[in-house]
Amino acid sequence: MSALIEFQGFNKFFGEAQVLKGIDLSVQSGEVVVILGPSGCGKSTLLRCLNGLEAAHSGSLRFAGNELLDKRTDWRQVRQDIGMVFQSYHLFPHMSVLDNILLGPLKVQKRDTREAREQAQKLLERVGLADKRDAFPRQLSGGQQQRIAIVRSLCMNPQVMLFDEVTAALDPEMVKEVLEVIQGLARDGMTLLIVTHEMAFARAVADRVVFMEAGRILEHNTPEAFFTNPQTARAQQFLEKFSFVSTLPKKIKELEPI
Amino acid sequence: MASSGLELLWVSLPQLGKGAAQTLLISLLSIAFSTLGGVLYGVLRTLGNRLVNVVLRVYLELFRAIPVLVWLYLLFFGLPIFFGLSIPSFWCAVLVLSLWGASEVGEVVRGALYSLPRGQREAGLSIGLSGPQLYGYVLLPQALKRMTPPTINVYTRIIKTSSLAVLIGVVDVIKVGQQIIERTYESVLIYGALFLFFFFICYPLSAASKVLERRWAQA
Ligand SMILES: Nc1ncnc2c1ncn2[C@@H]1O[C@H](COP(=O)(O)OP(=O)(O)OP(=O)(O)O)[C@@H](O)[C@H]1O
Ligand SMILES: [Mg+2]
Repeated sequence: MSALIEFQGFNKFFGEAQVLKGIDLSVQSGEVVVILGPSGCGKSTLLRCLNGLEAAHSGSLRFAGNELLDKRTDWRQVRQDIGMVFQSYHLFPHMSVLDNILLGPLKVQKRDTREAREQAQKLLERVGLADKRDAFPRQLSGGQQQRIAIVRSLCMNPQVMLFDEVTAALDPEMVKEVLEVIQGLARDGMTLLIVTHEMAFARAVADRVVFMEAGRILEHNTPEAFFTNPQTARAQQFLEKFSFVSTLPKKIKELEPI
Repeated sequence: MASSGLELLWVSLPQLGKGAAQTLLISLLSIAFSTLGGVLYGVLRTLGNRLVNVVLRVYLELFRAIPVLVWLYLLFFGLPIFFGLSIPSFWCAVLVLSLWGASEVGEVVRGALYSLPRGQREAGLSIGLSGPQLYGYVLLPQALKRMTPPTINVYTRIIKTSSLAVLIGVVDVIKVGQQIIERTYESVLIYGALFLFFFFICYPLSAASKVLERRWAQA
């Protein structure tokens, strides 16, 4: 089976600065890939190139067989197939929760109102927020807003979801409720690309871990292999910062049964 | 004296009313065109196209640097001389006030759009909205609160500035007043009436603008 998403020798510049350098990465349908790396290494940029919020520079990026660097790419269609959730939710503050969710399905996809509302209702129930349907974003907690933002993307029936540090702006007690939703999607077999600093979550949810630094992919491995036995010194240092891999090698074994 | 003054006002009322209607018509048309043009200007300025931005900046600076009166003379007397094109004074006034008003409203709209968090645009795009949908459903509705009070203030300035139209021969409320004064020499009375006319039109507008500003600042 050919990959759903495939970066090949992909480059991205901001002015003179090259922020993505020869990225090779392919993601199969149904796979959950977690992208890790220090701040500024290009994780967000990678995701944003995938739905056209940033323009690519060179190389190749294919989605469902289509080359996205092609000038004729219909980004509106691609964005319906690739949902994106942001760190600070970005719900539309002047619309109710339901209107936030239905804007895309009704105005972009021109779907039947009844059918779209039913799907929205089901998704809201799924994330435990059916009672917030008529609330406005400012009346919700950060965790609730983020779950609504996930529903807003899901209601477009995308093939892939991109999550860019979606719990980074949340109070600690709300992180779990959001991560559980994402974990549920992973369990259902949805294709996910996740940027996160929640290492335990990354380890639990990932089929594969990609470690980036300074615009390059340095490592590419299963979560177990990556977290217990990182190949590069940079990845080791990175993980030590999260005190996940102890500096003492013998302790690694004790951590394994998590 | 007082009674004869009131009498004079009373008999002049139909005439003054006609002039007032001209003033209001010029103002309303100019306000409508300014609003349309201003929204267009504001949206275009936020698209990030360099050429469009340069052109609009030049337009803005021309209307900021050159007095409305000079524009009126330029178009009313200049166009026939240089291009053999003459516009009736009424429409010349509407044109100049609209172009000037659109630059003022446009800057307000641009500022309001610019102040929105960048994420709103990205969230809108990421669900596949087209450009017009993004502005129509997401960005402009949010900018509305911020831009309404200053836009109303531009409206009052358009109404007041419309009085310059008299200088290219429009028979507006000012001109009618002047004609009555020429006949009757009751300048205090007539100018007093004009004072009240403009005050009672513009004051409620600027008061509304203040109220809205205060109410929406809290929300
Ligand atoms: N619009 C932009 N213009 C110029 N440079 C940018 C822009 N966006 C990002 N960069 C730069 O590109 C590099 C990669 O940024 P990116 O946001 O992708 O990093 P990141 O890995 O997501 O970091 P973080 O973990 O802090 O979110 C950084 O050096 C950043 O300063
Ligand atoms: Mg980032």
